[in-house]
Amino acid sequence: MAAEVVPNPAVAGERTSTGLNHRKVLMWTFLGSECMFFGSLISNFQVQRGRSLNGPYPDQVINIPFTSVSTFALLMSSLMMVLALAAIQRNDVRSMKIWLLACAFLGTLFLGGQFFEFTQFVAEKGLKLSTNIFGGSFFVLTGFHGTHVTIGVIWLISLYFAAARGKITQKDSLSVELAGLYWHFVDIVWVAIFTIVYLLGT
Amino acid sequence: MATLVRPMPRAAASTLPRPSGDTGIWSWITTIDHKRIGILYGATAFLLFLVGGIEALIMRLQLATPNGQVVDADTFNQLFTMHGTTMIFLVIMPLSVAFFNYVVPLQIGARDVAFPRMNALSYWIFLAGAIFINLGWLIGQAPDAGWFGYANLTEKPYAMGLNTDFWLLGLQILGIASILGSLNFFVTIVNLRAPGMRMMRMPVFCWMTMVTNILMLLAFPVITVALTLLLFDRFFGTHFYVPEGGGDPQLWVHLFWVFGHPEVYILILPAMGIVSQVLPTFSRKPLFGTPFVIYSGIAIAFLSFGVWAHHMFAQGLGPTADSAFALSTMAIAVPTGVKIFNWIGTMYKGHLHFTTPMLFSIGFIFLFIIGGLSGVMHASPPADLQQNNTYFIVAHFHYVLFGGAIMGLFSGIYYWYPKVIGRVMDETLGKWHFWLNMIAMNLTFFPMHWTGLDGMPRRIYTYPEGMGWDAYNMADTIGAFLIAASVLIFIYNAVHSMRHGRVAGNDPWDGRTLEWSIPSPPPHYNFVEIPTVHAMDDWWHTKYGAAGHEGATAPIPAPPAMAGGSVDVHEHGHEEHHEVHIHMPDPSYFPIVVAIGMFIAALGMITNFWVCLPGVLIMMAGIYAWSFEPVNAPAPPGSAEVHHAPTTPTPQTPVAAH
Repeated sequence: MAAEVVPNPAVAGERTSTGLNHRKVLMWTFLGSECMFFGSLISNFQVQRGRSLNGPYPDQVINIPFTSVSTFALLMSSLMMVLALAAIQRNDVRSMKIWLLACAFLGTLFLGGQFFEFTQFVAEKGLKLSTNIFGGSFFVLTGFHGTHVTIGVIWLISLYFAAARGKITQKDSLSVELAGLYWHFVDIVWVAIFTIVYLLGT
Repeated sequence: MATLVRPMPRAAASTLPRPSGDTGIWSWITTIDHKRIGILYGATAFLLFLVGGIEALIMRLQLATPNGQVVDADTFNQLFTMHGTTMIFLVIMPLSVAFFNYVVPLQIGARDVAFPRMNALSYWIFLAGAIFINLGWLIGQAPDAGWFGYANLTEKPYAMGLNTDFWLLGLQILGIASILGSLNFFVTIVNLRAPGMRMMRMPVFCWMTMVTNILMLLAFPVITVALTLLLFDRFFGTHFYVPEGGGDPQLWVHLFWVFGHPEVYILILPAMGIVSQVLPTFSRKPLFGTPFVIYSGIAIAFLSFGVWAHHMFAQGLGPTADSAFALSTMAIAVPTGVKIFNWIGTMYKGHLHFTTPMLFSIGFIFLFIIGGLSGVMHASPPADLQQNNTYFIVAHFHYVLFGGAIMGLFSGIYYWYPKVIGRVMDETLGKWHFWLNMIAMNLTFFPMHWTGLDGMPRRIYTYPEGMGWDAYNMADTIGAFLIAASVLIFIYNAVHSMRHGRVAGNDPWDGRTLEWSIPSPPPHYNFVEIPTVHAMDDWWHTKYGAAGHEGATAPIPAPPAMAGGSVDVHEHGHEEHHEVHIHMPDPSYFPIVVAIGMFIAALGMITNFWVCLPGVLIMMAGIYAWSFEPVNAPAPPGSAEVHHAPTTPTPQTPVAAH
């Protein structure tokens, strides 16, 4: 019967109306829904722009060169993700594990940058959630993005350990592909956030 | 043909031997069968319907006479807030979801939804949210800022109690349930249709389900963000909606109604889908202009995202915005009107059978037209400024939500009850229910048009003598209690018919769609063989051949058999002992574990943040265990049963994505 126990469309017995795997349709649909989530958060940031009654103001805290570096790390992690998927699709589990780890590492690097940035804002520049409107909308928007990256890193590491136990082979490439879809989405959202909050926000 | 008929709907599952057991409380807690989950949704929503109804009755007692003394102002605030929140989020939506669950897989010829465990998760999270949001009653601090929760009223200096916290956390939990459910049904309808069931051959109820779920997927993230910002304001000292800190209460109103207006179509579209199934069945001819009904449903969904500011005419958006939103609001009446004409066109020259579901559907059309017309009235800003915040608005939305959604859902209950239970509900009692409900409903809500136009404000807990509102309010109260009486008739009928109703057989109404081709109640696996679909209303086509063909518009008279039982034609091959190749997924403990974790985490938010920790840990453990719930897994906590191994090796998990 249908597909809830069969992850791979190649497995006999599964038939879907579109020919696409359920989980793949699910992931795309979920990402569509996520667009509205981040769209609303970004709208909030834009609506609240310039409404802070007191400092610190964006141009006093934001460090574009620093964040450009962590942005670069996140963008490169997407490349690692592509390589990981390509590897498993040609059944090269060993390379996939390397690329997955590299991807998770770059994601962690990005998160480290964000952690450093947050602590610097709070400790040195005196910008907290409750300091002003900018603080609130900045931390909520970038914080929710960071949470998504964290979930992605956990997911990648879980895949790595599953692969290490031999549970991921060529026929399970969809599991890697889904993580990849999520990861690229989170990456693209960051491109929007970096542009709006950092490049245009100061 | 009458096959399995047992007093309880769970009966049919026992034909499929499985190690984990088909009866008893644990089989319900761990069930991932879409039919059982549908029943759980329906029963829960109906209980909450009674809760919301009692809240309404107390309010009507208070308002029956001037200077009422039944409750004080604070309690009244809690009552109207919880009445609205309950009826919208805990009754109409989950009751619609109950129909999605039970009916959609049967109508599209599937054995279950695409992600059965995620389906169970939606239900348990919904239940957790429903309990959470009502917890406030226990400590006398139920939500009290209105179902719309306008900012400032919900912000810290003005709302210090836990009332608003129960509301916002409860709605967050319910939102997660809705998003999970709508993801599931979207994928199910896109991907699990029987061979040959092209999109335009799909029953209109499935179409409206899909449109509703798209709306939920796009609208619920917005309320999630709005509530998250409120949560940060209340718990972490931000100022998103606080003018003193530079924030903007208007932003809440925008975000809320960007969600809230699609939400009203989320409430009404499933009922429209039900009516679009019931009317053709009892007119014995196809739905008139089916593609138009479908496309107008899509048009309504599309336009519903462009009309939100008509809830804000009184807030001073300026003439440009007011004009634009007035126009878009009037435009949305066009596809709605198209549907109404199509329903009337369906009945025109049909062989009408005035059964109870048919009466409720006709009642739906009648009352929805009244509610729709008053809706078009306050689409005009000058008229709206007069009517805003008066009982006229209350009259309007009760005509569309009670007269519309609830009547449509009752129609669906009477229509599909035989499929779920195996017996038909008593027609005499059903007609009593309908006529009493119809009269009482109009007695309750029609006078509100007059009190509203006369300036009686909403949400006041009492009013002085001599305003000229006394008789109308007394009529409202009498009507409300008559509605309660009609609901009691319904309950008696539903319980009584479980044992004493006429045996339904497969096809008691001589129906048109696939669910009527299988036994009532359906076996656990629904279809022995997945049917191949050749036409819209394929089952009708199978029974009546060319005369029932897609293009045919003439009604087909009922065969003599219809009055007493089912139509006996060849079925989509149901035979006993045929389950060898049918593989159904096993029950799972993890959906309820995840939901319990979420509930504890939410409790932590309002008591002590440290309580969140075990909640989050339980939730994560549940998600992880679920993700790796594999072949030959060790039994999950609390169970001695070993999961029956599927034949394919798979670390699958639909929900690991989240």
